[in-house]
Amino acid sequence: MNTISPAAADAVAADRHAASARPTGFVHDTATVFVRESRPLVRDPFSVIFSLVQPLVFLGLFGPLLVGAAGGDVAATLQWFVPGILVMVALFGTASTGANLLFEMQTGSHERTLVAPLSRSALLVGRALKEVVPLVIQGTIVVLVAVPFGFRLDVPGLVAGLAVLAVFGVGFGALSYTLALGCRNRDWMFWMVHQTLLFPLMILSGMLLPLEDGPAWMKVAAAVNPLSYLVGAERALLAGDFGAPAVLGGIVAAAATCAIGVFVGVRAMRRAR
Amino acid sequence: MTNQTNQMITAHGLTKTFRSKGQTVEAVRSVDLSVATGELVAFLGPNGAGKSTTLRMLTTLLPPTAGEAIVAGCDIRTDPAGVRRRIGYVGQGNSGGHTQRVRDELHAQGAFYGMGRRETRARSAELIESLELAQVANRQVQSLSGGQKRRLDIALGLIHRPELLFLDEPSTGLDPHSRANLWEHIVELRRATGTTIFLTTHYLDEADQLAERVMVMDNGAVIADDTADALKGSLAGDRVTLTFDSPSDAATAAARIGGEVDGADARVVTVTAPGGDRALPRYIRSLSDAGLEVAAATHRQPTLDDVFLALTGRSLREEAAAPAASAEELETAAA
Repeated sequence: MNTISPAAADAVAADRHAASARPTGFVHDTATVFVRESRPLVRDPFSVIFSLVQPLVFLGLFGPLLVGAAGGDVAATLQWFVPGILVMVALFGTASTGANLLFEMQTGSHERTLVAPLSRSALLVGRALKEVVPLVIQGTIVVLVAVPFGFRLDVPGLVAGLAVLAVFGVGFGALSYTLALGCRNRDWMFWMVHQTLLFPLMILSGMLLPLEDGPAWMKVAAAVNPLSYLVGAERALLAGDFGAPAVLGGIVAAAATCAIGVFVGVRAMRRAR
Repeated sequence: MTNQTNQMITAHGLTKTFRSKGQTVEAVRSVDLSVATGELVAFLGPNGAGKSTTLRMLTTLLPPTAGEAIVAGCDIRTDPAGVRRRIGYVGQGNSGGHTQRVRDELHAQGAFYGMGRRETRARSAELIESLELAQVANRQVQSLSGGQKRRLDIALGLIHRPELLFLDEPSTGLDPHSRANLWEHIVELRRATGTTIFLTTHYLDEADQLAERVMVMDNGAVIADDTADALKGSLAGDRVTLTFDSPSDAATAAARIGGEVDGADARVVTVTAPGGDRALPRYIRSLSDAGLEVAAATHRQPTLDDVFLALTGRSLREEAAAPAASAEELETAAA
């Protein structure tokens, strides 16, 4: 039934093995996963803009209230509020990214990548690194939108601020993927944890309203919330104040989130089946 | 390392046990199997029989509880990476990412298998052409029809020209037209490349039409393993039905040819005979020699459902309609 001669069959087999012998290390695999994950963003950039609706609503509708409460100084209020919105972009954007993986687990896409000769760690890290792309684009847009209203742009500060956010975003994205891997086909569990954690984390970071006037327990909660340090660092960095003590705190918080997120994420992906 | 033997898959004592809430479920019980290079083998059985669990062990997705298997020359336990490089796998679900474009997904898949950029592009174009995906190549996967998605799944499984292709329930959920179309592609793939194919199915006609050999699985064990014709011949046999004018003629005839009297008015005799199409004229001749006039006669070849019925006492058609808890559900519950 098979008309291929033995010699030709051997040549085909040798060819197959030449193709399969190409080295596929962690870096190659991570880059490959990163490229696959980023492609829909490149093909459909509008999706990046679309997820900006929420932060822009906060900026446009919450901002004026803050301005009123602060006594009418728009520029000063924006200087305080915009860095918080940047952290919000990083938080909301990356927190729900696990839902994409959850969906791919329920179809067959995730399974396909598990059967492919890819490093499991790369499957997680490549996905988490992708979070940087929308985050940087969205953060830049938010800042540019605020400039005409009096926000004073410090370019090196913005670059540094986005870099710190990117590190945080990779970690928080990895945590979201970990949650997805743990929930498997239980969507409701993913969204329940997501909703339960997200808003307290946001409010107890001082992102929207200052916590200085809040009760003591709130200040304690904020002190253990890594996002508080991130918000503090972003406020300093976007003002160009690289030497502020808050900057170091934010870098540590972002790095810790990243380290923990990637560690638990890689562990969960290695166990995935 | 090339295959020294001409066996593409050999497995011994493959076993998978799931533990869930204090309950132990033996999804796969000590399965032995072998598939020769170039063969097309179907794994037939009802939902929950353990077909997919076996497949998931052979494709390194699931570690076996016990047993061993060599797939495409590599040990699934000690060299899963080797297995993964050499096999293609098309799972039950659709494997293209929803927001990905068809062509992009094929390019990503090529990169997953370490193929170079040019090689990947050329191979993708080839597969898009041969699997009739040209019209949708630049569309998002979510906009594709069920049949198109399935053809993309197969293209993704073939990007690296694997020597062995696993297909898990390839045509489940497709309409009859798309199924026939998919089968054509599978047959053509076999003809053109000689790729070894191992597929699971709970469709009788799929196993019957596509496979050179059928392994019947039930309750986690392989209960029969042969060509479809041999299974039908040895286990079910052809059914010959003879109708007579009177019950007394029927009774005499039944005694003479070793059949059973059937039918509402006891005028019908059925007999199971291998090679029933040849037996039928013999029966008629011998009965008319004895003065018994046959009023009507039919001959029916057995189906794989008759085989399953003979093996288990249950009909696979009914099983498929009312699926038991699948191994996948058990797996999820156990996690």
